[in-house]
Amino acid sequence: MLDAFFFWAFTLFVVAGALGTVTFRNPVHCAIGLTASLTGVAGIFLLQGAEFLSVAQIIVYVGGIMVLFLFVIMLVNVGRSERERRFSPNAKLAAAHCLGVGGLVLYFLFSRPLVLAPAIAASGSAQGNTERIGNALFTSYLLPFEIASVLLLAALIGSVVLARKRPEA
Amino acid sequence: MIANVHYVALSAVLLVIGTAGILTRRNLVVLLMSVELVLNAVNINLIAFGRSLHDDGGQIFALFVMADAVAEAAVGLALLIALFRNKETVLADEVDSLRW
Repeated sequence: MLDAFFFWAFTLFVVAGALGTVTFRNPVHCAIGLTASLTGVAGIFLLQGAEFLSVAQIIVYVGGIMVLFLFVIMLVNVGRSERERRFSPNAKLAAAHCLGVGGLVLYFLFSRPLVLAPAIAASGSAQGNTERIGNALFTSYLLPFEIASVLLLAALIGSVVLARKRPEA
Repeated sequence: MIANVHYVALSAVLLVIGTAGILTRRNLVVLLMSVELVLNAVNINLIAFGRSLHDDGGQIFALFVMADAVAEAAVGLALLIALFRNKETVLADEVDSLRW
């Protein structure tokens, strides 16, 4: 019962924030909608027992990415794009297609039971979520973890090079 | 009763809203925000299925998706700044130099 209440509350956050993100006129308002949506997603993670990811979601998205977005919104000129049309000329067609696809997905999702592979019995370990994630990350998933760190380094250097002011040549 | 299907449905709704944002908005900053919505829809799905299969792999993959999202946002916003410096615009349909 309490589970259902929190699920619907967080779902309201997620969907309302997402709708705000794609419809608001001012990009700063879009960023606030995105923040609400991502915070709701963190709550959904918490409901599913992914505590580590929930906290990581708040730190990474709300603390990191959103600040980055707000900085860029302030750097680029929002005043001009604000006055003009928000949506591209074919927006109605695109939105209709999205609605159609989404309706189909939801229809088939609820029209038949969701078939899952038989659940493997839980290992029954008393380890917490963060401990299990850490163990898995540094044993079975060590190589992907290292590759992800190289990816982040490449993104770091790449973004510095791209955003740097070119000397007049 | 909240079953797994509800989480998958929420993920589908978020995916559709994000896709609609990518397809319809003109401001490139908002476009990048919509990409973040789509990536979060993927994460909800990964965690829902990971939980119902009692496998931590879903959460690990969600973590990697999160790292990807960070890299994408950093490079995308840097490209945006470079674009604004050169073209004085952040509107998607004004960046059409490859077309003539």
